[in-house]
Amino acid sequence: MKRRNFITQTAATGAFIGLGGLSVSFSKNTKKQITILHTNDVHSHIEPFGPNHPKNPSMGGVARRATLIQQIRAENPNTLLLDAGDMFQGTPYFNFYGGELEFKLMSKMKYDAATIGNHDFDNGLSGLLAQMPHANFDFISSNYDFSNTILDGQTSPHKIFVKDGIKIGIFGLGVELKGLVNDNLYKETKYLDPVEIATDMTKILKQDKKCDLVICLSHLGYEYKNESTISDVQLATRTKDIDLIIGGHTHTFLDKPTIHQNLKGKKVLVNQVGCYGLYLGRIDFYLDENKNIEGSGVSISV
Amino acid sequence: MKLRFYTFFILLIFISACKNNPPAPLSVSTINGKRIPIDTTIAPDPEIENYIRPYTLHLNSTLDSTLAYNPQNLSIRDGKLNTALGNMIADLVMEQANPIFKSRTGKNIDFVLLNYGGIRADIGEGNVSTRTGYQLMPFENDIVIVELSGKKMLEMLSYLEDAKIAHPISGIQLRVDKKFKTINATIGNKPIDKERTYFVATSDYLQQGGDSMFFFNEPLNLYTIDYKLRNAIIDYFQKVDTLRAAIDNRYIQTP
Repeated sequence: MKRRNFITQTAATGAFIGLGGLSVSFSKNTKKQITILHTNDVHSHIEPFGPNHPKNPSMGGVARRATLIQQIRAENPNTLLLDAGDMFQGTPYFNFYGGELEFKLMSKMKYDAATIGNHDFDNGLSGLLAQMPHANFDFISSNYDFSNTILDGQTSPHKIFVKDGIKIGIFGLGVELKGLVNDNLYKETKYLDPVEIATDMTKILKQDKKCDLVICLSHLGYEYKNESTISDVQLATRTKDIDLIIGGHTHTFLDKPTIHQNLKGKKVLVNQVGCYGLYLGRIDFYLDENKNIEGSGVSISV
Repeated sequence: MKLRFYTFFILLIFISACKNNPPAPLSVSTINGKRIPIDTTIAPDPEIENYIRPYTLHLNSTLDSTLAYNPQNLSIRDGKLNTALGNMIADLVMEQANPIFKSRTGKNIDFVLLNYGGIRADIGEGNVSTRTGYQLMPFENDIVIVELSGKKMLEMLSYLEDAKIAHPISGIQLRVDKKFKTINATIGNKPIDKERTYFVATSDYLQQGGDSMFFFNEPLNLYTIDYKLRNAIIDYFQKVDTLRAAIDNRYIQTP
Protein backbone atom coordinates (compact mmCIF):
# COMPACT_ATOMS: atom_id res chain seq x y z
CA MET A 1 0.00 0.00 0.00
CA LYS A 2 2.68 2.38 1.04
CA ARG A 3 4.80 1.45 -1.93
CA ARG A 4 1.93 2.08 -4.33
CA ASN A 5 1.32 5.41 -2.74
CA PHE A 6 4.97 6.26 -3.24
CA ILE A 7 4.83 5.42 -6.93
CA THR A 8 1.76 7.58 -7.49
CA GLN A 9 3.37 10.46 -5.70
CA THR A 10 6.60 10.26 -7.66
CA ALA A 11 4.64 9.99 -10.86
CA ALA A 12 2.72 13.09 -9.94
CA THR A 13 5.93 14.90 -9.14
CA GLY A 14 7.40 13.81 -12.44
CA ALA A 15 4.39 15.11 -14.30
CA PHE A 16 4.50 18.36 -12.46
CA ILE A 17 8.16 18.86 -13.25
CA GLY A 18 7.53 17.83 -16.86
CA LEU A 19 4.82 20.40 -17.36
CA GLY A 20 6.77 23.07 -15.52
CA GLY A 21 6.50 26.23 -17.52
CA LEU A 22 3.24 25.17 -19.14
CA SER A 23 1.34 24.77 -15.88
CA VAL A 24 0.42 28.42 -15.92
CA SER A 25 -1.79 28.14 -18.96
CA PHE A 26 -3.95 25.58 -17.19
CA SER A 27 -4.43 27.62 -14.06
CA LYS A 28 -7.61 29.42 -13.29
CA ASN A 29 -7.54 33.12 -12.66
CA THR A 30 -6.44 32.97 -9.05
CA LYS A 31 -4.93 36.43 -8.72
CA LYS A 32 -4.82 37.55 -5.12
CA GLN A 33 -4.38 41.07 -3.81
CA ILE A 34 -2.74 41.98 -0.52
CA THR A 35 -2.89 45.62 0.51
CA ILE A 36 -0.39 47.00 2.99
CA LEU A 37 -1.27 50.33 4.60
CA HIS A 38 1.26 52.07 6.74
CA THR A 39 2.15 55.09 8.85
CA ASN A 40 5.28 56.14 10.72
CA ASP A 41 6.32 58.86 13.16
CA VAL A 42 2.75 59.97 13.83
CA HIS A 43 4.10 61.53 17.06
CA SER A 44 0.78 61.84 18.86
CA HIS A 45 -0.78 63.91 16.08
CA ILE A 46 -4.42 63.21 16.80
CA GLU A 47 -5.99 66.33 15.30
CA PRO A 48 -5.31 67.77 11.84
CA PHE A 49 -2.97 70.75 11.53
CA GLY A 50 -4.78 74.09 11.61
CA PRO A 51 -5.61 75.95 8.37
CA ASN A 52 -2.85 78.53 9.10
CA HIS A 53 -0.05 76.06 9.67
CA PRO A 54 2.93 77.23 7.56
CA LYS A 55 3.89 73.78 6.22
CA ASN A 56 0.96 71.38 6.47
CA PRO A 57 -2.25 73.44 6.54
CA SER A 58 -5.37 71.34 7.21
CA MET A 59 -3.44 68.09 6.72
CA GLY A 60 -3.52 64.94 8.81
CA GLY A 61 -5.91 63.93 11.58
CA VAL A 62 -6.79 60.51 12.93
CA ALA A 63 -10.54 60.76 12.18
CA ARG A 64 -9.84 61.26 8.46
CA ARG A 65 -7.27 58.50 8.42
CA ALA A 66 -9.89 56.20 9.95
CA THR A 67 -12.33 56.97 7.12
CA LEU A 68 -9.70 56.27 4.49
CA ILE A 69 -8.67 53.00 6.09
CA GLN A 70 -12.30 51.85 6.26
CA GLN A 71 -12.79 52.66 2.57
CA ILE A 72 -9.72 50.70 1.56
CA ARG A 73 -10.67 47.74 3.77
CA ALA A 74 -14.13 47.74 2.20
CA GLU A 75 -12.51 47.49 -1.26
CA ASN A 76 -10.06 44.83 -0.15
CA PRO A 77 -10.53 43.00 3.13
CA ASN A 78 -7.10 41.42 2.68
CA THR A 79 -5.42 44.48 4.11
CA LEU A 80 -2.78 44.89 6.79
CA LEU A 81 -2.35 48.15 8.66
CA LEU A 82 1.11 48.76 10.11
CA ASP A 83 3.06 51.46 11.92
CA ALA A 84 6.85 51.88 11.94
CA GLY A 85 7.22 53.51 15.34
CA ASP A 86 7.35 56.87 17.16
CA MET A 87 3.66 56.76 17.80
CA PHE A 88 4.35 58.77 20.96
CA GLN A 89 5.51 62.31 21.68
CA GLY A 90 4.94 65.52 19.83
CA THR A 91 1.64 66.97 21.05
CA PRO A 92 0.16 67.62 24.51
CA TYR A 93 -2.05 64.53 24.04
CA PHE A 94 1.03 62.52 24.91
CA ASN A 95 2.13 64.80 27.75
CA PHE A 96 -1.33 64.73 29.30
CA TYR A 97 -2.44 61.15 28.69
CA GLY A 98 0.85 59.27 28.24
CA GLY A 99 -0.01 57.58 24.93
CA GLU A 100 -3.33 56.11 26.03
CA LEU A 101 -5.34 57.90 23.35
CA GLU A 102 -2.80 57.06 20.61
CA PHE A 103 -3.06 53.31 21.34
CA LYS A 104 -6.83 53.40 21.79
CA LEU A 105 -7.30 55.12 18.42
CA MET A 106 -4.88 52.77 16.66
CA SER A 107 -6.87 49.89 18.12
CA LYS A 108 -10.13 51.42 16.87
CA MET A 109 -8.61 51.74 13.40
CA LYS A 110 -7.63 48.06 13.72
CA TYR A 111 -3.89 48.39 13.33
CA ASP A 112 -2.40 44.93 12.98
CA ALA A 113 1.12 45.64 14.21
CA ALA A 114 3.63 48.32 15.10
CA THR A 115 7.31 48.42 15.85
CA ILE A 116 8.86 50.49 18.61
CA GLY A 117 10.53 53.83 17.87
CA ASN A 118 12.97 55.73 20.07
CA HIS A 119 10.31 58.18 21.25
CA ASP A 120 8.08 55.33 22.35
CA PHE A 121 10.55 55.04 25.26
CA ASP A 122 9.97 58.67 26.30
CA ASN A 123 8.01 57.76 29.41
CA GLY A 124 10.38 54.90 30.12
CA LEU A 125 9.78 51.19 29.81
CA SER A 126 7.15 51.49 32.54
CA GLY A 127 5.36 54.24 30.61
CA LEU A 128 5.19 52.08 27.49
CA LEU A 129 4.15 48.98 29.42
CA ALA A 130 1.39 50.94 31.16
CA GLN A 131 -0.20 51.80 27.78
CA MET A 132 0.10 48.35 26.23
CA PRO A 133 -3.26 47.16 27.62
CA HIS A 134 -4.87 49.86 25.43
CA ALA A 135 -3.33 48.35 22.27
CA ASN A 136 -5.19 45.60 20.43
CA PHE A 137 -2.32 45.12 18.02
CA ASP A 138 1.06 43.41 18.14
CA PHE A 139 4.35 45.06 19.00
CA ILE A 140 6.92 43.49 16.72
CA SER A 141 10.54 44.09 17.66
CA SER A 142 13.35 41.77 16.62
CA ASN A 143 16.55 43.60 17.57
CA TYR A 144 15.65 44.96 21.00
CA ASP A 145 16.30 42.29 23.59
CA PHE A 146 13.91 43.13 26.41
CA SER A 147 14.57 39.92 28.36
CA ASN A 148 16.12 41.77 31.33
CA THR A 149 13.37 44.39 31.43
CA ILE A 150 9.72 44.68 32.40
CA LEU A 151 8.80 44.50 28.69
CA ASP A 152 9.96 40.88 28.57
CA GLY A 153 7.26 38.86 26.79
CA GLN A 154 5.30 41.94 25.66
CA THR A 155 6.71 42.04 22.13
CA SER A 156 7.26 39.46 19.37
CA PRO A 157 10.40 39.11 17.25
CA HIS A 158 8.23 38.22 14.27
CA LYS A 159 4.65 37.45 13.40
CA ILE A 160 2.93 35.78 10.48
CA PHE A 161 -0.41 37.07 9.22
CA VAL A 162 -2.43 34.97 6.78
CA LYS A 163 -4.68 36.89 4.38
CA ASP A 164 -6.58 35.04 1.66
CA GLY A 165 -4.20 32.13 2.12
CA ILE A 166 -1.13 34.33 1.62
CA LYS A 167 1.41 34.16 4.42
CA ILE A 168 2.87 37.55 5.30
CA GLY A 169 5.81 37.45 7.68
CA ILE A 170 6.66 40.63 9.56
CA PHE A 171 9.66 41.47 11.70
CA GLY A 172 10.68 44.76 13.31
CA LEU A 173 13.92 46.70 13.67
CA GLY A 174 14.62 49.59 16.02
CA VAL A 175 17.31 52.25 16.00
CA GLU A 176 20.33 52.19 18.34
CA LEU A 177 19.20 53.79 21.59
CA LYS A 178 22.54 54.80 23.12
CA GLY A 179 23.06 58.54 22.69
CA LEU A 180 19.50 58.94 21.41
CA VAL A 181 17.40 57.97 24.42
CA ASN A 182 18.34 58.41 28.08
CA ASP A 183 19.60 55.10 29.38
CA ASN A 184 17.39 55.34 32.44
CA LEU A 185 14.41 55.20 30.06
CA TYR A 186 15.41 52.05 28.17
CA LYS A 187 17.38 50.51 31.07
CA GLU A 188 18.63 46.99 30.27
CA THR A 189 17.20 46.88 26.74
CA LYS A 190 19.88 45.42 24.48
CA TYR A 191 20.25 46.68 20.92
CA LEU A 192 21.22 43.90 18.51
CA ASP A 193 22.77 44.33 15.08
CA PRO A 194 19.98 44.99 12.54
CA VAL A 195 21.63 43.20 9.59
CA GLU A 196 22.39 40.06 11.59
CA ILE A 197 18.90 40.00 13.06
CA ALA A 198 17.30 40.66 9.66
CA THR A 199 19.28 37.76 8.24
CA ASP A 200 18.01 35.48 11.02
CA MET A 201 14.43 36.72 10.71
CA THR A 202 14.24 36.36 6.93
CA LYS A 203 15.63 32.83 7.20
CA ILE A 204 12.90 31.93 9.68
CA LEU A 205 10.12 33.67 7.77
CA LYS A 206 11.05 32.83 4.19
CA GLN A 207 12.83 29.48 4.40
CA ASP A 208 11.43 27.84 7.53
CA LYS A 209 7.91 29.28 7.64
CA LYS A 210 7.57 29.64 3.84
CA CYS A 211 6.09 33.11 3.91
CA ASP A 212 4.94 34.47 0.56
CA LEU A 213 5.82 38.02 1.55
CA VAL A 214 8.34 39.27 4.09
CA ILE A 215 7.97 42.79 5.45
CA CYS A 216 10.38 44.62 7.72
CA LEU A 217 8.92 47.32 9.93
CA SER A 218 11.90 49.55 10.56
CA HIS A 219 12.65 52.54 12.71
CA LEU A 220 16.28 52.69 11.56
CA GLY A 221 15.88 55.70 9.26
CA TYR A 222 15.79 55.90 5.48
CA GLU A 223 19.39 56.83 4.58
CA TYR A 224 22.36 58.62 6.15
CA LYS A 225 25.28 60.59 4.72
CA ASN A 226 27.56 58.41 6.82
CA GLU A 227 27.27 55.11 4.98
CA SER A 228 28.48 53.11 7.95
CA THR A 229 25.25 54.02 9.75
CA ILE A 230 22.70 51.31 9.15
CA SER A 231 19.61 52.57 7.33
CA ASP A 232 16.69 51.11 5.41
CA VAL A 233 18.56 51.54 2.13
CA GLN A 234 21.61 49.77 3.59
CA LEU A 235 19.44 47.03 5.02
CA ALA A 236 17.74 46.45 1.67
CA THR A 237 21.05 45.92 -0.12
CA ARG A 238 22.76 43.91 2.62
CA THR A 239 20.06 41.24 3.12
CA LYS A 240 17.98 38.86 1.05
CA ASP A 241 14.36 37.74 1.05
CA ILE A 242 12.85 41.02 2.27
CA ASP A 243 10.07 42.18 -0.08
CA LEU A 244 9.23 45.47 1.58
CA ILE A 245 10.81 47.71 4.20
CA ILE A 246 8.40 50.14 5.83
CA GLY A 247 10.56 52.78 7.45
CA GLY A 248 10.45 55.63 9.91
CA HIS A 249 12.62 57.81 12.18
CA THR A 250 14.09 60.20 9.57
CA HIS A 251 10.66 61.71 8.70
CA THR A 252 11.44 61.08 5.04
CA PHE A 253 8.63 62.01 2.67
CA LEU A 254 8.76 59.55 -0.23
CA ASP A 255 6.01 60.13 -2.76
CA LYS A 256 6.45 56.52 -3.87
CA PRO A 257 8.47 53.55 -2.67
CA THR A 258 12.09 53.39 -3.81
CA ILE A 259 13.46 50.20 -5.36
CA HIS A 260 16.76 48.61 -4.33
CA GLN A 261 18.60 45.39 -5.13
CA ASN A 262 19.23 42.84 -2.42
CA LEU A 263 22.16 40.41 -2.09
CA LYS A 264 20.43 38.03 -4.50
CA GLY A 265 19.86 40.77 -7.08
CA LYS A 266 16.15 40.79 -6.30
CA LYS A 267 14.14 43.96 -5.88
CA VAL A 268 13.28 45.33 -2.46
CA LEU A 269 10.85 48.18 -1.93
CA VAL A 270 11.54 50.80 0.74
CA ASN A 271 8.81 53.21 1.71
CA GLN A 272 8.31 55.90 4.32
CA VAL A 273 5.54 58.49 4.55
CA GLY A 274 7.16 61.40 6.39
CA CYS A 275 5.50 62.01 9.72
CA TYR A 276 2.53 63.26 11.76
CA GLY A 277 -0.10 61.20 9.92
CA LEU A 278 0.01 63.57 6.93
CA TYR A 279 -0.03 60.63 4.51
CA LEU A 280 -1.04 56.99 4.47
CA GLY A 281 1.28 54.69 2.57
CA ARG A 282 -0.32 52.06 0.38
CA ILE A 283 1.40 49.12 -1.29
CA ASP A 284 -0.62 46.52 -3.23
CA PHE A 285 0.91 43.15 -3.93
CA TYR A 286 -0.75 41.09 -6.67
CA LEU A 287 0.07 37.40 -6.49
CA ASP A 288 -0.74 34.77 -9.08
CA GLU A 289 0.45 31.40 -10.28
CA ASN A 290 2.58 33.01 -12.90
CA LYS A 291 5.67 32.00 -11.06
CA ASN A 292 8.46 34.43 -11.76
CA ILE A 293 11.78 32.66 -11.96
CA GLU A 294 13.57 35.87 -11.18
CA GLY A 295 12.40 38.62 -8.90
CA SER A 296 13.22 41.11 -11.60
CA GLY A 297 10.25 39.71 -13.51
CA VAL A 298 7.95 41.48 -11.08
CA SER A 299 6.26 44.46 -12.58
CA ILE A 300 6.49 47.31 -10.10
CA SER A 301 4.54 50.43 -10.83
CA VAL A 302 5.27 53.04 -8.28
CA MET B 1 21.46 -3.35 3.95
CA LYS B 2 23.17 -0.32 2.57
CA LEU B 3 21.06 -0.38 -0.53
CA ARG B 4 17.87 -0.59 1.53
CA PHE B 5 19.00 2.41 3.55
CA TYR B 6 19.51 4.50 0.42
CA THR B 7 16.18 3.48 -1.01
CA PHE B 8 14.53 4.60 2.18
CA PHE B 9 16.44 7.86 2.08
CA ILE B 10 15.45 8.63 -1.50
CA LEU B 11 11.86 7.80 -0.66
CA LEU B 12 12.02 10.25 2.21
CA ILE B 13 13.32 12.97 -0.08
CA PHE B 14 10.52 12.37 -2.57
CA ILE B 15 7.83 12.41 0.06
CA SER B 16 9.12 15.55 1.69
CA ALA B 17 9.54 17.17 -1.70
CA CYS B 18 5.90 16.45 -2.50
CA LYS B 19 4.69 17.71 0.87
CA ASN B 20 6.65 20.96 0.64
CA ASN B 21 5.46 21.77 -2.86
CA PRO B 22 1.86 22.85 -2.93
CA PRO B 23 0.44 22.28 -6.40
CA ALA B 24 0.30 25.90 -7.48
CA PRO B 25 2.56 28.26 -5.56
CA LEU B 26 1.60 31.89 -5.86
CA SER B 27 4.17 34.57 -6.34
CA VAL B 28 4.17 38.30 -6.64
CA SER B 29 3.56 39.45 -10.21
CA THR B 30 2.71 43.10 -9.75
CA ILE B 31 3.30 45.68 -7.04
CA ASN B 32 1.70 49.09 -6.89
CA GLY B 33 2.86 51.66 -4.39
CA LYS B 34 1.72 55.18 -3.60
CA ARG B 35 1.01 57.55 -0.78
CA ILE B 36 -2.37 59.01 -0.05
CA PRO B 37 -2.57 62.52 1.41
CA ILE B 38 -4.77 62.86 4.48
CA ASP B 39 -6.45 66.14 3.58
CA THR B 40 -9.79 67.93 3.56
CA THR B 41 -11.15 65.73 0.76
CA ILE B 42 -11.57 62.93 3.31
CA ALA B 43 -14.50 63.25 5.69
CA PRO B 44 -13.55 62.61 9.30
CA ASP B 45 -15.00 59.47 10.86
CA PRO B 46 -17.71 60.72 13.27
CA GLU B 47 -17.23 57.90 15.77
CA ILE B 48 -13.53 58.63 16.08
CA GLU B 49 -14.20 62.38 16.34
CA ASN B 50 -16.66 61.81 19.18
CA TYR B 51 -14.18 59.57 20.92
CA ILE B 52 -11.43 62.19 20.75
CA ARG B 53 -13.59 65.18 21.76
CA PRO B 54 -13.56 64.87 25.58
CA TYR B 55 -9.78 64.48 25.55
CA THR B 56 -9.46 67.59 23.37
CA LEU B 57 -11.79 69.72 25.49
CA HIS B 58 -9.83 68.96 28.62
CA LEU B 59 -6.55 69.77 26.87
CA ASN B 60 -7.67 73.01 25.30
CA SER B 61 -9.10 74.44 28.51
CA THR B 62 -5.58 74.17 29.93
CA LEU B 63 -3.56 75.14 26.91
CA ASP B 64 -5.07 78.06 25.08
CA SER B 65 -5.21 81.04 27.40
CA THR B 66 -2.90 83.84 26.22
CA LEU B 67 0.26 84.37 28.28
CA ALA B 68 2.28 86.89 26.25
CA TYR B 69 2.65 88.56 22.86
CA ASN B 70 5.32 87.71 20.31
CA PRO B 71 5.99 90.64 17.91
CA GLN B 72 7.97 88.67 15.27
CA ASN B 73 8.23 85.22 13.72
CA LEU B 74 10.88 83.24 15.57
CA SER B 75 12.57 80.21 14.07
CA ILE B 76 15.57 78.20 15.23
CA ARG B 77 16.61 78.12 11.56
CA ASP B 78 17.00 81.92 11.32
CA GLY B 79 20.62 82.62 12.15
CA LYS B 80 23.98 80.97 11.75
CA LEU B 81 25.59 80.10 15.08
CA ASN B 82 23.09 81.91 17.26
CA THR B 83 19.40 82.47 16.68
CA ALA B 84 16.88 84.79 18.27
CA LEU B 85 14.72 81.88 19.41
CA GLY B 86 17.63 79.82 20.75
CA ASN B 87 19.07 82.84 22.55
CA MET B 88 15.73 83.64 24.18
CA ILE B 89 15.29 80.08 25.42
CA ALA B 90 18.85 79.73 26.73
CA ASP B 91 18.54 83.14 28.45
CA LEU B 92 15.22 82.26 30.04
CA VAL B 93 16.64 78.99 31.37
CA MET B 94 19.38 81.03 33.08
CA GLU B 95 16.83 83.52 34.39
CA GLN B 96 14.37 80.91 35.67
CA ALA B 97 16.78 78.25 36.95
CA ASN B 98 19.53 80.30 38.59
CA PRO B 99 17.47 81.57 41.56
CA ILE B 100 16.41 77.99 42.38
CA PHE B 101 19.97 76.70 42.04
CA LYS B 102 21.36 79.54 44.12
CA SER B 103 18.82 79.12 46.89
CA ARG B 104 19.64 75.42 47.13
CA THR B 105 23.43 75.51 46.76
CA GLY B 106 24.60 79.09 47.27
CA LYS B 107 26.25 78.91 43.86
CA ASN B 108 25.52 80.55 40.50
CA ILE B 109 25.03 78.92 37.14
CA ASP B 110 27.99 79.93 34.94
CA PHE B 111 26.32 79.30 31.61
CA VAL B 112 23.61 77.39 29.76
CA LEU B 113 24.00 74.91 26.90
CA LEU B 114 21.00 73.33 25.19
CA ASN B 115 20.72 71.62 21.81
CA TYR B 116 19.51 73.02 18.51
CA GLY B 117 17.43 69.91 17.77
CA GLY B 118 15.63 70.23 21.09
CA ILE B 119 13.77 73.39 20.02
CA ARG B 120 10.90 71.62 18.34
CA ALA B 121 8.83 74.46 16.84
CA ASP B 122 8.82 78.01 15.59
CA ILE B 123 6.83 80.75 17.29
CA GLY B 124 4.67 82.73 14.90
CA GLU B 125 3.93 86.41 15.40
CA GLY B 126 0.97 86.82 17.72
CA ASN B 127 -0.20 85.55 21.08
CA VAL B 128 1.68 82.83 22.86
CA SER B 129 0.08 80.39 25.26
CA THR B 130 0.86 77.31 27.28
CA ARG B 131 0.41 75.42 24.02
CA THR B 132 3.37 77.33 22.56
CA GLY B 133 5.45 75.98 25.42
CA TYR B 134 4.37 72.43 24.58
CA GLN B 135 5.17 72.96 20.90
CA LEU B 136 8.65 74.30 21.65
CA MET B 137 9.39 71.61 24.19
CA PRO B 138 7.14 68.57 23.89
CA PHE B 139 9.58 66.38 25.82
CA GLU B 140 9.48 65.81 29.55
CA ASN B 141 13.04 67.04 30.04
CA ASP B 142 14.23 68.47 33.35
CA ILE B 143 16.75 71.26 33.78
CA VAL B 144 19.87 69.94 35.53
CA ILE B 145 23.06 71.70 36.56
CA VAL B 146 26.29 69.92 35.77
CA GLU B 147 29.63 70.77 37.37
CA LEU B 148 32.26 70.38 34.64
CA SER B 149 36.02 70.22 35.05
CA GLY B 150 38.28 72.39 32.87
CA LYS B 151 39.19 69.28 30.88
CA LYS B 152 35.52 68.52 30.14
CA MET B 153 35.08 72.16 29.12
CA LEU B 154 37.67 71.62 26.39
CA GLU B 155 35.82 68.48 25.27
CA MET B 156 32.69 70.61 25.08
CA LEU B 157 34.42 73.19 22.87
CA SER B 158 35.66 70.43 20.63
CA TYR B 159 32.12 69.00 20.42
CA LEU B 160 30.78 72.42 19.38
CA GLU B 161 33.56 72.77 16.77
CA ASP B 162 32.41 69.49 15.22
CA ALA B 163 28.70 70.27 15.55
CA LYS B 164 28.96 73.60 13.63
CA ILE B 165 25.41 74.43 14.57
CA ALA B 166 23.53 76.99 16.64
CA HIS B 167 23.21 75.04 19.87
CA PRO B 168 21.54 77.59 22.19
CA ILE B 169 23.89 79.10 24.78
CA SER B 170 23.70 81.79 27.44
CA GLY B 171 26.44 83.22 29.66
CA ILE B 172 29.27 82.05 27.42
CA GLN B 173 30.76 83.85 24.39
CA LEU B 174 32.28 81.89 21.56
CA ARG B 175 34.18 83.15 18.55
CA VAL B 176 35.27 80.61 15.94
CA ASP B 177 37.24 80.76 12.70
CA LYS B 178 36.20 79.77 9.18
CA LYS B 179 36.75 76.13 10.07
CA PHE B 180 34.73 76.50 13.27
CA LYS B 181 37.85 76.19 15.46
CA THR B 182 37.61 78.20 18.67
CA ILE B 183 39.44 81.52 18.60
CA ASN B 184 38.03 82.80 21.84
CA ALA B 185 35.81 81.35 24.55
CA THR B 186 34.89 83.50 27.53
CA ILE B 187 32.56 83.16 30.48
CA GLY B 188 31.71 86.36 32.32
CA ASN B 189 34.26 88.15 30.09
CA LYS B 190 37.06 85.84 31.33
CA PRO B 191 38.72 83.14 29.27
CA ILE B 192 37.95 79.61 30.30
CA ASP B 193 40.21 78.62 33.20
CA LYS B 194 41.29 75.00 32.88
CA GLU B 195 42.03 74.89 36.62
CA ARG B 196 38.55 75.70 37.85
CA THR B 197 35.15 74.07 37.48
CA TYR B 198 31.98 75.45 35.90
CA PHE B 199 28.28 75.06 36.64
CA VAL B 200 26.40 74.44 33.41
CA ALA B 201 22.62 74.33 33.12
CA THR B 202 21.35 71.89 30.51
CA SER B 203 18.64 69.26 30.17
CA ASP B 204 18.75 65.80 31.73
CA TYR B 205 18.47 64.42 28.17
CA LEU B 206 21.74 66.06 27.13
CA GLN B 207 23.44 65.34 30.44
CA GLN B 208 22.81 61.64 29.88
CA GLY B 209 24.49 61.66 26.49
CA GLY B 210 21.64 62.88 24.28
CA ASP B 211 22.79 64.40 20.97
CA SER B 212 26.14 62.71 21.76
CA MET B 213 27.08 65.38 24.32
CA PHE B 214 29.16 62.79 26.14
CA PHE B 215 31.26 65.45 27.92
CA PHE B 216 28.27 65.82 30.26
CA ASN B 217 28.56 62.18 31.39
CA GLU B 218 30.11 61.54 34.79
CA PRO B 219 30.35 65.19 35.89
CA LEU B 220 32.06 66.26 39.13
CA ASN B 221 28.61 66.99 40.52
CA LEU B 222 25.09 66.82 39.19
CA TYR B 223 22.29 68.96 40.65
CA THR B 224 18.62 68.42 39.93
CA ILE B 225 16.23 71.31 40.60
CA ASP B 226 12.94 69.52 39.79
CA TYR B 227 12.08 72.01 37.08
CA LYS B 228 11.01 70.93 33.62
CA LEU B 229 12.42 72.85 30.68
CA ARG B 230 8.89 73.32 29.36
CA ASN B 231 7.67 74.70 32.68
CA ALA B 232 10.54 77.21 32.70
CA ILE B 233 9.41 78.37 29.24
CA ILE B 234 5.75 78.59 30.27
CA ASP B 235 6.62 80.41 33.52
CA TYR B 236 8.69 82.90 31.54
CA PHE B 237 5.82 83.51 29.11
CA GLN B 238 3.59 84.15 32.09
CA LYS B 239 6.08 86.62 33.57
CA VAL B 240 6.66 88.84 30.51
CA ASP B 241 4.14 90.81 28.44
CA THR B 242 6.09 90.80 25.19
CA LEU B 243 8.76 88.36 24.03
CA ARG B 244 12.07 90.00 23.26
CA ALA B 245 14.42 87.92 21.18
CA ALA B 246 17.37 88.84 18.97
CA ILE B 247 20.41 87.45 17.26
CA ASP B 248 23.57 88.84 18.90
CA ASN B 249 27.30 88.15 19.03
CA ARG B 250 27.41 85.42 21.70
CA TYR B 251 28.44 82.74 19.21
CA ILE B 252 29.92 84.02 15.97
CA GLN B 253 32.21 83.03 13.16
CA THR B 254 35.03 85.43 12.18
CA PRO B 255 35.82 85.40 8.46
